Amino acid sequence: MNETATTPEIKSVKDFWIFLCGELKPKGKIFTTFNVISFPIIVLGAALILFRLVKGLGAVTNLSQEFPWGIWIGFDVMVGVAFAGGAYILTFVVYILRSEKYHPIARATVLNGFLAYVFYAGAIFLDLGRWWNITNPIFGNKFGVNSVLFLVSWHFMLYMISLFIEFSPAVAEWLGFKRIRKILASLTVGAVIFGIALSTLHQSGLGALFLMAKSKIHPLWYTEFIPVLFFLSSIFAGLSMVIFEGTISHKVFANQIDHDGHESFDRILIGLGKGCAGALFVYFFMKILILIHGKQWPLLTTPMGTWYLIELIGFVLLPCFLFLHGVRYENVTAIRMAAILSMLGILINRLNYSVIAYKWYVPLSQRYIPSWMEIVITLAILFTEVWAFRWIVNRMPVLRESPAWATEEKTVKKSVTIRKGVPQWKVSAM
Amino acid sequence: MGIDRRSFLKILGAGLAGAALGNVLTPRTVRATAAAHAKEFMGVLVDTTRCVGCRTCEAACADAHSLSVPDIADSSVFSKERPTSVGQWTVVNRYETEKGEVFAKRQCMHCNQPGCVAACLVKAMQKREEGPVTWDTNCMGCRYCMTSCPFEIPKFEYGSATPKIQKCNMCWDRLGKEEKPTCVANCPEKALLYGTRRELIEEANRRIYQKPGEYVPHIYGEHEVGGTGYLYLSKVPFEQIGFRTDLGTTPYPEFTKGFLYSVPLVLLLWPAFLIGVNTLTKKGEEEIGGKGGRS
Repeated sequence: MNETATTPEIKSVKDFWIFLCGELKPKGKIFTTFNVISFPIIVLGAALILFRLVKGLGAVTNLSQEFPWGIWIGFDVMVGVAFAGGAYILTFVVYILRSEKYHPIARATVLNGFLAYVFYAGAIFLDLGRWWNITNPIFGNKFGVNSVLFLVSWHFMLYMISLFIEFSPAVAEWLGFKRIRKILASLTVGAVIFGIALSTLHQSGLGALFLMAKSKIHPLWYTEFIPVLFFLSSIFAGLSMVIFEGTISHKVFANQIDHDGHESFDRILIGLGKGCAGALFVYFFMKILILIHGKQWPLLTTPMGTWYLIELIGFVLLPCFLFLHGVRYENVTAIRMAAILSMLGILINRLNYSVIAYKWYVPLSQRYIPSWMEIVITLAILFTEVWAFRWIVNRMPVLRESPAWATEEKTVKKSVTIRKGVPQWKVSAM
Repeated sequence: MGIDRRSFLKILGAGLAGAALGNVLTPRTVRATAAAHAKEFMGVLVDTTRCVGCRTCEAACADAHSLSVPDIADSSVFSKERPTSVGQWTVVNRYETEKGEVFAKRQCMHCNQPGCVAACLVKAMQKREEGPVTWDTNCMGCRYCMTSCPFEIPKFEYGSATPKIQKCNMCWDRLGKEEKPTCVANCPEKALLYGTRRELIEEANRRIYQKPGEYVPHIYGEHEVGGTGYLYLSKVPFEQIGFRTDLGTTPYPEFTKGFLYSVPLVLLLWPAFLIGVNTLTKKGEEEIGGKGGRS
């Protein structure tokens, strides 16, 4: 069953409002298991956010003078941004290398990346003690240009704009803005190139934030190559997320994808698995090189050393082999398992830098352990993101075909569009 | 493959935009402010052999900065090592050492090239040309200064909806009116000495040479993390009085320097490379398209 997209006729602001109000209404069943679980958490999370803004960080978090960064940084931002890395990898493959095979999942991945940045990077807002000053790095006259965080904040903002431009043709198709869609589509390649450069720098920049915590991070994790490791790991983190999210989307939104789409999806997953295996291997190799050069191996016999080996072998080497196995035997289940393993590995790795191997010498009783309120707020952000994703996928051509007028235009002007390098959604399906 | 004027202008435009952005988004210099200043940094020499643990400095500091003044007669506070806090910019701790009791005052070290200043993305944390490291209210409360400080000095007001970073500012706001920081002015034992770093190091060396038995031959802060404004003398090795001796002599901003220097390179070379790959793959597609191999 393939839903056909209806294109609205929007000629005035009033038309737009009527259309938007119609679209704001829920489309599916209201009392699904997911909704029943997520809605109360979102409501509770919103209340806790309000509480945090009125009472200060101490009222909801377990942060301390010893541990100034908790899971809102270590999980929401660090892990969320790594998982959102799929967008820059996939746009690189689709728009720069022009691999048509992955085109069908490009839009969903870009949307996912955009929402991840909006929501998880948005979690920074909650974590900022003096959040009303959040625009200071962008407007004003006191720029801390020596700060890694200055770079990261600028890049977050610019990359969100890039991702929105990359996704914007879908919005134009939804609204039926034909001329605007053409203009927006012509910006895609530029936004992709800019976005890849920004991603390279801020993915590694998140790692560079820990470079000045030299005296606090366990020597097995601290290395001057933290930025390189963060960048490399964002590749398989992002691709694993694409596998994970794509698998769920293809089940949940099955009615939006035509037969060909379902057929080709397994091949896409195997291709992504191949990429993951390669990235994981390079990452593993880097880790080993750093370990050897750092001459830290006596530490491997300590409890922290065991933890280090669990991360390295269980969540880097093992998923690498599992991906290879899945690719070799075209076993999609193995690839999905490997994706989940390597995502867990990223979770462990980022939390090691921010919470676990950070001041490993502090006894457990004085360590930071997130409060239930921090976890609820994190879950609320995550669920809200899923809601936003679902709302958009149900309305805009993300997984389903673009409306006929958008694809027709492409068929007619195909020779022209190729020369201009304008992206062609779903060319493979045409 | 020819290049027409249009695409040449496009590439030129992209290059210029990249260069401009590279300039905006990257540091001009990583060195905070220590580089070339006519003024010498001021500092304080703490001679722990003279300190008797009277905690007058704690009270004077609290009084001068409108913090709650501690009861300095209460000696039970010495039972455990206290860090500085949002309500106490300086604390005196007592240590049991191989040469008996030693008292050591702790506060911000006022590094020559502070990690916290390099960390701050809005220049709320600043190294003043007189030497003090100060905090200002344009701070976002990101607490990156806290993770970047090797001495763990910046303290954050978690209990407040309008939190501030609290730390010693070497009485920077009062130095115009007064001669020296209030802790130095009020020390009854002359354990604290205010002066330029150069003078203080000279004086510290003089004391070590004159009474070699009373001091370990090391001035803590002379070279640690690139040099600090507060300098310490001790009769016992410094790890016995709560100092980290594994911090090295590299100024903390140096650790992020390599990464920050790579930023303009990546911003210029990466897009150029990507445009190149994009152009190459385009040509291949045209050929296939010409043969009718697609669609």
